[in-house]
Parts: sequence; C-alpha cells; structure tokens
Amino acid sequence: MLEIHDLHIRFHDADHEAVRGIDLTVDTGEIVGLVGESGSGKTVTAMVISSLMPLNKAAVTGAVLLDGEDLLKLDEKSMRKKQGSDISVVFQEPMTAMNPVMRIGPQVEEALRVHTDLPKTERRQRALQALRDVDLDNVEELYNKYPHQLSGGMLQRVMIAAAIVSEPKLLLADEPTTALDVTIQAQILELLQRLNRERGMSILFISHNLNVVRKLCSRVAVMEKGLIVEQGDTEQVFREPRAPYTQRLIAAIPTRKKLW
Amino acid sequence: MTMKNIVKKVLMMILTMVIVSFFAFLAFQIIPGDPTTKILGSEATAESVAALRAELGLDRPFFVRYFEWITNALQGDFGRSYIYNMSVSELLQGKLCVTMLLTAIAFLMIVVLSIPLGLAAASCRSPWVDRAFTVLGQLVMAVPPFFIGILLTLLCGLVLHWFDPGTFISPADDFGRSVVYLLYPALAIALPRVAMTMKMLRSSIGGEMNKDYVRTAYSRGNTRLATLYRHVLRNAVVPTVAFLAMTAADIVAGSVIIEQVFAISGIGRLLLTSISNRDFPVVQAIVVILALVVVLVNFLADILNQRLDPRLRLQ
Ligand SMILES: Nc1ncnc2c1ncn2[C@@H]1O[C@H](COP(=O)(O)OP(=O)(O)OP(=O)(O)O)[C@@H](O)[C@H]1O
Ligand SMILES: [Mg+2]
Repeated sequence: MLEIHDLHIRFHDADHEAVRGIDLTVDTGEIVGLVGESGSGKTVTAMVISSLMPLNKAAVTGAVLLDGEDLLKLDEKSMRKKQGSDISVVFQEPMTAMNPVMRIGPQVEEALRVHTDLPKTERRQRALQALRDVDLDNVEELYNKYPHQLSGGMLQRVMIAAAIVSEPKLLLADEPTTALDVTIQAQILELLQRLNRERGMSILFISHNLNVVRKLCSRVAVMEKGLIVEQGDTEQVFREPRAPYTQRLIAAIPTRKKLW
Repeated sequence: MTMKNIVKKVLMMILTMVIVSFFAFLAFQIIPGDPTTKILGSEATAESVAALRAELGLDRPFFVRYFEWITNALQGDFGRSYIYNMSVSELLQGKLCVTMLLTAIAFLMIVVLSIPLGLAAASCRSPWVDRAFTVLGQLVMAVPPFFIGILLTLLCGLVLHWFDPGTFISPADDFGRSVVYLLYPALAIALPRVAMTMKMLRSSIGGEMNKDYVRTAYSRGNTRLATLYRHVLRNAVVPTVAFLAMTAADIVAGSVIIEQVFAISGIGRLLLTSISNRDFPVVQAIVVILALVVVLVNFLADILNQRLDPRLRLQ
C-alpha cells in the first residue's frame, strides 16, 4: 500500500543527506516498525510521507507511492486532500501537539471538517465515537474540555482519536509513547494494536524502543545514519540479525537476563 | 472566569485606586508652589494668606484632608476649583467626555487597523510586502503623534479641506460632526500604535507558527491560511491584547497632547493650566479619573484574555 523507493532527503543548510536512499513498504493491515538511534532520519522520513516537510527547507527525491500514486508529485491541493484523510500522524508530545486554546472536540473532528461536508452534529457524533474507540470515558464531557485539563496519556488517546476519526489508510506514529510513563505506554500500544486488528489500518510505528517494536510490529526496518541497514520479519530480525548495527542495537536492549 | 476570581480582581483594582489617589493627593502637597500665591499674588499679606488657607482647608492635617477628599470623591464630588468659581465636576463634565471620546476613537482605530494588517502581513509571504510593512512601520513609529497631527492638519485640513482645523464642535452639540472632526486627531494618536501593535502581532504569529500544534493542524490537511485563522490567531492575539491594555495610559496621555494641536476643548489644556495654577482639586480629579480608566481597561483586557486562553483561567 505504501511503497517508498530510493528516497533521498537533504536539508538545504546541511552538508550531507539526512536520508540517503531508502526503500520501505507497508502493506495493508500491517504494522511496520522503523527503529534506529537518534538522528538516523526516522522523523524526517515520516514528515515526507505525511507531506509535512516544508519544501523550502529540504530537497526530496525518489518516490513515495500510496496505492500506486506518487505523493511527491502531487500539487499542493491534492496533497492537502490526503493529509488527515488517507494519512494521519500521531506525534511524540501530545501536550504540545494540541492547540491549547481549542476545545478537545473541535480538534478531534478537525479532519472531518476539512475533508468532508458532514453537518456539525454528525461530525460531533463521529468525534464522540472516536473518543470512545480509544477507550476514553465521559466523552461528552471530554468533548468540551481544553488540553491542559487532561493528562498526557489521555491527550495521546485524544490525538489518536483525532487521527482515526477520518478512517485513514495509514497511521504514522512517531514515538507516540516516549513522553508517557510505562503503564500508560503499554495501554497506548495495546490500543494501536487493537485499532490495527479491528480496522485493518496500516501503521508505520517509529521508535527506538526495540522491545516495543518486537511486541507490536510484524515487520521491522532498522535505520542507521539515513540508510535502512536491515529490513524483514520482526522475529527473524531479532533472532538472526544480519547487519552489525542491528546486532549492536539488540545487544544493547536492557533485559532481565543481563542483570543476572 | 469564576466569581472568586472576579472579586479578587475587583479588590485589587480598588487597592490600586486607593494607592493612586493617595499619591495624587500627596504629590501636589509636596511639589513646590502654593495655590494661595497663585490666587492672591506674591504681594499678599500674611493674614490674607492664612485666611485663604483656612478657607480652602489647607491648614488642617494632611490625612484629615485626604480622608475627607476621598470620601467626597467616592460620591462624585471632587471639591471646588481654586481658580474657577465652579465645582470640579462641573468643570470636567464636558471636557472629560471629549477626551474620552477621542481616546475611544483612537483605541478603536488601533484595534480595527492593526489586527487585520498584522494578519495580512503574516499571511502574505512576499518579501517585498514584508519590507514595505517594516519600513512603513518604522517610519510611523519614529514620528511623534503631535507631529503626525500637524501633518494631518496641513494635508487633510488645509490642502485637501476634508475638515476645518480649529472648528471643533462639542459632541453634546453635534455628535456626528464632532466625531468626524475627531477622526484626524485620533488617527494621529493611533498611527504609531497601529505600527507597534502590528509588529507585536506579527512577531507573536511568527513565534506561534513554529509550534507543534501548527504541524498538527497541517497534518490534518489545513492550508496555511486556515491554520493561521483557526489555530494561530487566537493564540497570538493574547499577548497583543495585554500589550494594548498596557499602552492604554499612553493612549490617553497622547490624546491630552494632541488636543492642543487640533484645538479641541478636552481636558488637555485644562490639565496644563491647572497644574501651573496649582489648582490641586482639578488636577487630582483628572489624575484619579485617568487612572481609573487605565485600571478598568486592564481589567477588561484580563477578562478578554481569560476568555481567549483557558489556561489563564486557572490561577
Ligand atoms: N529542520 C532541519 N534542518 C536541518 N537538519 C535537520 C532538520 N530536521 C532534522 N535534521 C537532520 O536530519 C537528520 C535526521 O533527523 P530525524 O529527526 O529524522 O532523526 P530521528 O531518527 O527522528 O531521531 P530521534 O530518534 O531523535 O527522533 C538529523 O541529522 C538532523 O540533524
Ligand atoms: Mg524523531
């Protein structure tokens, strides 16, 4: 469904490419993990897929095909049509990713407002349903609250609700749990897994937590300095890592065994 | 805003007014120059001075006089002018209205001009428009209002004949014509402020555009303009409102000066002559009333900002 071919990204103010020619596929209904250390180019890749990369900042070449259509060749208008309807994004920091002066409800239903002609009441109904779908309670009340009145975990659920309200084909989750504490993290991961199972929504899950990726993703791609050094079935990669970089990453996973 | 919050704010306002009124009263007791010399002339005998001091109540202790003055002021009685044979309230009535009208028009101009212009400047990404706005803004900010006033009198009054300088009519006589005349002095006061407010709004929009929630807005398919109007504007306008409220005092002061340039019978000239005549009751009343206006404007701005930004409702 999503196919990336030979993607290069170079910031105009940088002397080397941030992404140096990567190939990546996400099939329908699949969760693919994208791992790699800080600065390896995970976020910029996600930004290009979601057309959030400002054109005046970086040169992008290659192809990003969504159902066969090259997103890099779209004009601005058709590109905006995809954003939030076919592709949704969940960011790392739910606290800052939401508009502090707008109520939760209008933020959750925003994709519907932008992309559909649904009447207000219908949008509201769908937003409330999306909030229920991410296991939030008292959604009617929640609808009228402001972001600062919610905890980080609740906000990330709200962000996910806002991302799925338009039933996108692909969800990009860029370290969606890094800012949250461990128990909340586990709940959010379970939620993503459930949404994937129930709706067949494809997810590109970016993380540097290999344990999480192992639990969640059927396939994984390992990124190092702008290159994908290894890609394949998650279990396979974890059991028999081929690239030295992957081996080092796996060796660095804190496990109980190591503590003995 | 909760009731408790409002009560707290109102109490703060009262405290502020008490302090302001105290210093207004104190200041004119300690600045050099005695009203009796102004009234009787410098050759007056000691007895007549003493008699006048007694008549004006100046011989009694400071705190007694302050207390008496403030209790009367609360009932709208600011005493009698030393110079004019009139009560201060009578003397101020018409003139204060004129000054407040002028200030209100100027303030309105600032709001209705600077916010759309600031937005337009932020929406338009042509570097030339940007430079034009910057240069024009600098120019307008650098010229003092009274000079803009003189230029406006010259251009709009004497050359273009859009109005007749020096023929101000009180709003009580003909409100419409009065307002039309006041447009020009109001513009002179407003122009530098429009430029400042615009600059302020632009830079706060610029700061907001880099925030994470803007990226989220784009990720949902919003265009740049939709993001600007639906998300950024409300965030960016909060510091602008605070800035405008903060400059309210300057705007009032600006109108006092501009009244001279446009020959408007507001409190401007009265204030100046009253200060030089040591006509304390008049000056004190004007100071307190202007302070009250400033405090009220800030109160309203606070309430407005709490409506705009829910995070401010907490404290
Ligand atoms: N706006 C930018 N301008 C210039 N260079 C940038 C910009 N954003 C990212 N880069 C560079 O691109 C490279 C990849 O950054 P990216 O944010 O994608 O890393 P990441 O893998 O997401 O790291 P992390 O795990 O810390 O989020 C880095 O070397 C970074 O310096
Ligand atoms: Mg990142």
